[in-house]
Amino acid sequence: MKGFLKAYTDVAGKDVINHLVQLAASLKGKKVVHVNSTRAGGGVAEILTILVPLMKELGMDARWEVIAGSADFYQCTKHFHNALQGDPVNIPETLLKVYEDINARNAEELREVLEDADIVFIHDPQPAPLLNLCPGRKGKWIWRCHIDVSHPYRQAWKYLRHFVADYDASVFSLSAFAQPLPHLIYLIPPSIDPLSEKNMELDQDEINSVYDRFSLDRERPMMLQVSRFDRFKDPLGVIQAYQLAKNFIPTLQLVLAGGGAGDDPEGEDVLNEVRLAAKDDSDIHILPLPPDAHRTINALQRTASFVLQKSIKEGFGLTVSEAMWKSKPVIGGDTGGIRLQLVNHHTGFLVNSPEGAALRIRYLHTNREKREEMGHKAREFVRENFLITRQLREYLTLMVGLTHGSEERIELG
Amino acid sequence: MAKKSKIGSFAVKDCALAAISTGKRAQNLKELREQLLTIHPGAVYYHFWGGLLRPRFDDPEYNNDFASWAHHGLHDITLAERLGIIDPADFEDLEALRQEIIDVLEERMDETEYLPWAKRDRQFHFIRAQTVVFDTNRRIQKPEELPEIMPQLSVGSIYYHFIDARRRPPFGMDDFRAWLEKFDNGYKHLCADIAGIDPYFTGLMELRQQLSLLFNHHFGRAQA
Repeated sequence: MKGFLKAYTDVAGKDVINHLVQLAASLKGKKVVHVNSTRAGGGVAEILTILVPLMKELGMDARWEVIAGSADFYQCTKHFHNALQGDPVNIPETLLKVYEDINARNAEELREVLEDADIVFIHDPQPAPLLNLCPGRKGKWIWRCHIDVSHPYRQAWKYLRHFVADYDASVFSLSAFAQPLPHLIYLIPPSIDPLSEKNMELDQDEINSVYDRFSLDRERPMMLQVSRFDRFKDPLGVIQAYQLAKNFIPTLQLVLAGGGAGDDPEGEDVLNEVRLAAKDDSDIHILPLPPDAHRTINALQRTASFVLQKSIKEGFGLTVSEAMWKSKPVIGGDTGGIRLQLVNHHTGFLVNSPEGAALRIRYLHTNREKREEMGHKAREFVRENFLITRQLREYLTLMVGLTHGSEERIELG
Repeated sequence: MAKKSKIGSFAVKDCALAAISTGKRAQNLKELREQLLTIHPGAVYYHFWGGLLRPRFDDPEYNNDFASWAHHGLHDITLAERLGIIDPADFEDLEALRQEIIDVLEERMDETEYLPWAKRDRQFHFIRAQTVVFDTNRRIQKPEELPEIMPQLSVGSIYYHFIDARRRPPFGMDDFRAWLEKFDNGYKHLCADIAGIDPYFTGLMELRQQLSLLFNHHFGRAQA
């Protein structure tokens, strides 16, 4: 065993890694291509950063391709993102034309690689049209949808559906996120990478450095939400929860830290709304961080007294598992994949309003022992269920399964 | 002691589950019952046993998804308790288990004046599993090797040999007992102890630990 696999043995256990090696044996030499629309920022890029090297170490000829877009293209796909999560957004024809043209242009670049691949994973709506643009494809094509399309704006889904219906399979994070499609629908929750800069252990000096860097008072409690500046993450609700809790905890500080993503043009608008809501409260720290500020986010999560992910709509929200891995109980929105990551009253709390979040902040502030007990349970829950090794196992199972059709049981060897 | 006659070695296998959406869902008791009448048997299996190989808390409130949904989706605690007590190991096959669930649902429907509904985002989604089984190329030649090998097995192997085995002939029995019983003395006490482990109320890692303790104890080995 070598490289990453060896490193993961210490975190996940030897039996887990051996299991992956044996499961992957029948996939040795397979050409696997992942395609998405950004190499940095957002959960998809983070997962692919490690998933692809791990697949290589397991003997697959794996690669990661990123489609090139334009400002209008990203505007269009951002509209998709919102519409697929239920916002009634009518996307102008001109933008849809850009979407299709950009995909056609990328197909010219990628066609040879994609048509030659044994397995192609297309991530999210951005590169979805590539399938129909590769008529000479020989492998299995899988559409991996990372967002919640349980209640989409119908017009947007109808448009996208005709691009994804012909795939051999699709993957959703939860059954509740899926739409009916005429192929197998696999369910694979995402995961975190325990060895990445965002989750690795840090020395105390580096953790403490964030206090001075961001003018935080280390003696006072700090609540933190790490997420893109996106309305579905409800940063305004977090400020409201902070304000309610501050009536009881006057020393409370709030940090809203957000990395941008290359394919999200709406972030700036939301950031301005957040600044407006924060007014001149010097205890609210708004930190727009670059997409590669992983160690900073890691340190902030470790210094936080309470971690929130108060999303009102969430595909999955990996920041929940990230904070839990650092032994922090999380106060999360009672929605989507957060419900799977967070065991209510055991590893944190599910909340439905700023008031609910404020109540739980006060509870955790008052009950320090309970906070530590929940934090310990949270870390172990992530170790068992939300590390990259589990997700990789499910991808491998899917890949083996798909080459055998829809059989319920596949016996190898 | 046991005579190894012509009994073959124990082939250690491993397995992994892929969860597949059936596209079927229910928002109230009546819909749950109707879907259950025709749902793929793999979904009945998945909602009772699949939890062992997917994200779940080590001390779950309920041990099957139907009971959990009755509580958190429908807020019908009585129904949740009745469904929660169903032990799948008591039924000879999935059809008998399916019928038992339907009976419990129908009984509850007879008792209630109106049907409880789940909120839109709390519907019950029927999921089935695709199981990939692979050979680890590891062979156990004699029962005395079990204490050493057991801690090294993956949870997938534990699932395959201890849970999934009950669906394969000889039905209702795990692979370890099925193998041990072939020996002349039949390892009667050991098999009785293995049969005493309740796989329904524990996680796979804990099951592995329980089996290790049992084999260590039986073969007189110090525990690691």
